[in-house]
Amino acid sequence: MSVANVVEQLLNALALAGLLFLVSAGLSLVFGILRVVNFAHGVFYMLGAYFGVTSVAVTGWFWPSLLLVPPVVGVVGAMLEASTLRFIYRRPPIYQLLLTFGLALILEESVRVVYGPTALGVEPPALLQGAVEIAGTFYPRYRLFLVVLGLAVGAVVWLLLTKTRTGLVIRAVAQNSEMADCLGADVTRVRTLVFGAACALAGLGGVAAAPMTTAYLGMGISVIVDAFVVVVIGGLGSIPGSMAGSLIVGAAQTWGAFYLPETAMVIMYAVMGAILIFRPWGLFGEEE
Amino acid sequence: MTALLETRELGRAFGALQAVTDVTLAVEPGELRAIIGPNGAGKTTLFHLISGLLPPSAGRVVFRGEDVTALGAPARCRRGLSRTFQITSIFPELSVLENVRIAVQLKAGGNFRLLGGRAQLDASERRARESLAFLGLEGRADELASTLPHGDQRLLEIAMAVAQEPELLLLDEPTQGLSPEDTTATVGVIRQIAKARHLTILLVEHDMDVVFDLADRITVLHFGRVIAEGAPSDIRANAEVQQAYLGTVA
Repeated sequence: MSVANVVEQLLNALALAGLLFLVSAGLSLVFGILRVVNFAHGVFYMLGAYFGVTSVAVTGWFWPSLLLVPPVVGVVGAMLEASTLRFIYRRPPIYQLLLTFGLALILEESVRVVYGPTALGVEPPALLQGAVEIAGTFYPRYRLFLVVLGLAVGAVVWLLLTKTRTGLVIRAVAQNSEMADCLGADVTRVRTLVFGAACALAGLGGVAAAPMTTAYLGMGISVIVDAFVVVVIGGLGSIPGSMAGSLIVGAAQTWGAFYLPETAMVIMYAVMGAILIFRPWGLFGEEE
Repeated sequence: MTALLETRELGRAFGALQAVTDVTLAVEPGELRAIIGPNGAGKTTLFHLISGLLPPSAGRVVFRGEDVTALGAPARCRRGLSRTFQITSIFPELSVLENVRIAVQLKAGGNFRLLGGRAQLDASERRARESLAFLGLEGRADELASTLPHGDQRLLEIAMAVAQEPELLLLDEPTQGLSPEDTTATVGVIRQIAKARHLTILLVEHDMDVVFDLADRITVLHFGRVIAEGAPSDIRANAEVQQAYLGTVA
């Protein structure tokens, strides 16, 4: 095993972690604020990818699409929350599971109807095509971009939550929504806002993933499974937890796939199982 | 002088249970009013109706001359009606300062504007620190709220309500679960707030010593109805009140 090899696998792990973080951060945030495990979350990642395909096809530009698609996906998410989920927060969790699962199926089939069953590719922008030489190996620029994007978004989300007024309101609602409501917080609005923002993050993940993975049906389901593993490991509701969980799952999948291809999935689930046994609230979660 | 808060024939039923019936009361500006009553008399329900946490099934709530019956708790809060809870309600994983700051911010509104946030953040932090200093908690500003002793958590909750600069402060059993020393301290703090901030205070309280010590006027609830209202000395002498209390001490 050469140094180049190790570096390459490390970068692969980081690139995958970057994408996973974009999806799992939103999943975690939604659970923290709305107390809903959102099965439809992966579908917003898929929507991001398909909208990205359309946007790049129509305009011919990747960068504006990267900026434009996430807000559009966010608005779709916020509208769905305001028209469906909002009315069943007081019901037992099974209602919310069924509803978000139903939404996932409806959205997925809608995409099939509109875009057809074949996977659609997106050209990466010229700036990110090709490879750069790192430690004696040629590494695709686009994957490096994913590493940077994941880190940058992680930093921005963390700063928003800890340093701004909006962030304090969101944290307060997450801890005690009844009290926040009583103090004058518009909890309904905070929920819609957070749900929309989480969907926008997933959408960003989708646009960013499309040039690497193409946009395909089922990408939402496959990413949501990984994202659930991430939040179980990191702790539901914790942003640093999502980051740590993404890194662990990213590493387990890439290293597993490289060194022990038959057991890649086993390693990921073994880590999750160990967490569930020894620290069921996750690495960064709070014991309840 | 017009009343700051009025309830008119206020009622609330939970299914067949009539928790509050026909409660009409008027609280004057600057008054310190206590609501007492045996367990299950409907005190907390009445508080929820006044603060907007529960909608009434009958009657009206009028605050500063405005009918607020249809408004929820946040809207009433923005109009100057702040409250504390019977069970300590703070944000355990925020710092003491952040707890008060969130109260200030939520009252001020505009928390989702992206620009000009810095100045507002500083202003709300300044006001939060003032409020903490007022209650003697400034030395603990950066600690996590959950690490405070129980007595200080109750004070923190009052600091949060006071920081909202309300017209009317509703305190739900402020001395519940406190040691005798902490109770004395809290009574002192409440009296001091009322005086320094010219606050009108409405409190529900179990501890009769606290009530007779603090209140200007007392309203007595029994089975959801007002059975007596008056100065502490009148209430102490009231036969019906004595019977209500004795009758339930089984």
